[in-house]
Amino acid sequence: MSTPVVQARGIVKRYGHVTAIDHSDFELRKGEILAVIGDNGAGKSSIVKAICGATVPDEGEILIEGKPVRFTSPIQARDMGIEIVYQNLALSPALSIADNMFTGREIRKQGWMGKYLRMLDKPAMEDFAREKLTELGLMTVQSIKQPVETLSGGQRQGVAVARAAAFATKFIIMDEPTAALGVKESRKVLELIQDVRARGIPIILISHNMPHVFEVADRIHVHRLGKRLCTIDPKDYTMSDAVAFMTGAKEPPSEHAA
Amino acid sequence: MSETTKPGHKGQDYEQTLDRSDARVAAFDRGQHSPLERVQHVLHNNPTLVPVIVLLVSLAVFGLIAGGKFFSAFNLSLILQQVSIIGILAAAQSLIILTAGIDLSVAAIMVLMSVIMGNLAVFAGVPTGISIVIGLIGGVAAGGMNGWLITKVKLPPFITTLGTWSIFYALLLWLSGAQSIRGQDIDANAPFLKIFGASFNIGGARITLSALLMIAVFLVLWYMLNKTAWGRHVYAIGDDKEAAQLSGIRTDRTLLSVYGLAGLVCALAGWASIGRVGSISPQSFYEGNLDSITAVVIGGISLFGGRGSILGALFGALIVGVFRSGLRLSGVDVLWQVFAIGWLIIIAVAIDQWIRRVSA
Ligand SMILES: Nc1ncnc2c1ncn2[C@@H]1O[C@H](COP(=O)(O)OP(=O)(O)OP(=O)(O)O)[C@@H](O)[C@H]1O
Ligand SMILES: [Mg+2]
Repeated sequence: MSTPVVQARGIVKRYGHVTAIDHSDFELRKGEILAVIGDNGAGKSSIVKAICGATVPDEGEILIEGKPVRFTSPIQARDMGIEIVYQNLALSPALSIADNMFTGREIRKQGWMGKYLRMLDKPAMEDFAREKLTELGLMTVQSIKQPVETLSGGQRQGVAVARAAAFATKFIIMDEPTAALGVKESRKVLELIQDVRARGIPIILISHNMPHVFEVADRIHVHRLGKRLCTIDPKDYTMSDAVAFMTGAKEPPSEHAA
Repeated sequence: MSETTKPGHKGQDYEQTLDRSDARVAAFDRGQHSPLERVQHVLHNNPTLVPVIVLLVSLAVFGLIAGGKFFSAFNLSLILQQVSIIGILAAAQSLIILTAGIDLSVAAIMVLMSVIMGNLAVFAGVPTGISIVIGLIGGVAAGGMNGWLITKVKLPPFITTLGTWSIFYALLLWLSGAQSIRGQDIDANAPFLKIFGASFNIGGARITLSALLMIAVFLVLWYMLNKTAWGRHVYAIGDDKEAAQLSGIRTDRTLLSVYGLAGLVCALAGWASIGRVGSISPQSFYEGNLDSITAVVIGGISLFGGRGSILGALFGALIVGVFRSGLRLSGVDVLWQVFAIGWLIIIAVAIDQWIRRVSA
């Protein structure tokens, strides 16, 4: 078997007295969609944040494509081509859609204006942002220059998803990307996720929506009480089984099924 | 609950009509807004509009009340000259307030650096140019110290700068021996220190270099804030620091640069103040910290960070100058000038709150 894209072992993260991640393992394989399910507060967001450098785990090791990494900032993960859609989106409300898509990786004007005066190439960024949003087909906004705070919750989620999909080269983490979306928009995001996988980029999808999980996931990581309980193949189990595992109503399969 | 979907069957059953769904996307509603709501919206998108309108209206009103005395090229250029130092300080203050911080030490940094420049050039025999450069670097260091305490020691900006205000103020009293450096001594030893007091006439207007410096500082900072990535990051940090960090901004580094740059601008104000005042007085501009905050707030920059244009602070400083001058020329007692400025601040913040509600 080829080296997994992400392999984490024995991750521990404590917030004061709360142990958000309790010696958990994690594995993302090449080209797959890995769904992560679990109760509220199970530690799903915590573990993906540890993987992408948003938090630094207290213990444990993380390997990306076999190489150990120790991210201390999300910028380091981003430089490796890892993108994440945060549960709370991490957008700057007063900045425009285009500004938000390019925060931290702005395009400067060609020539001396960009080189010496560091002038931004706003038209280029706006065109790119417009193109990505249209590609996603999530929405039409009045103007790409409008501040993100004037968008609806679902539209904001669309901006965050588009940002991640546009820049990822290694893998994407999506923390409940469809939580605020309507039926049609959720469908668009699921299609996008499959498109991204078709481009060879694996995805970690955190979701509470079982039909969506069972539709797109190649494997399902069940998280319970701060650690990975088991990994299952959606073809071998039903949604009720998955829910039973994650709530503790049923014992997990003894061997990792997938 | 339905089980896994059958192959070749896209999505869930309830989604089967999606193919036939209306391809139009949400059209944005136009109209159906009360005129007041529309005003609120326009102001939200153009935060500098309020101070510009207030400035124009107050110019017109005082022009009517005080007449030609007020509305002469000479008096208007005098206002520009009078607000220039506080204006430059307000530019520095704007940078900090845009990051949702506050700097109570701006005036202390300014006066401290003017004392350092004066001591070196007038008494220590250091060439004037070098004294000025040392003073400017000192400004960066003083601002950088604020920034370091705020980002690395993680102290709140208010407390940090309250502390450094006292520290810088004590230092400047010590360095100056609480004595002013007289204008004659500066003229004799280091006249270049007073360069920003120089002026020229156009028409009836007397334009001082300090006023031009103020305008230049605002234009440069406006460019940096609006046309460079650094500026976008400043706004993003003021808006939501956590989100800014998660979306890939080096927040601490950016904040440090903001405080350092603000310190540099304060030191520039210190240099300009020597020409403007004509001497170097350790007691001058004691209220400069609060005056700079007043200009920023009246200029429509939100104290909560991330909103407003730095040009607003320029208009804010001008509004204060226009009120002072207009009321004085209308024969109103100084205490009522202070009274009026107080109301201006309260009204400005009330308008800011009202405008912000548009996004709630
Ligand atoms: N910044 C924090 N400070 C303190 N405690 C935290 C912090 N972040 C998470 N926790 C705690 O860690 C635990 C796991 O939280 P986490 O957000 O990872 O859960 P989750 O599985 O993503 O839940 P949800 O489904 O609600 O998103 C919770 O008990 C939470 O209270
Ligand atoms: Mg979560």
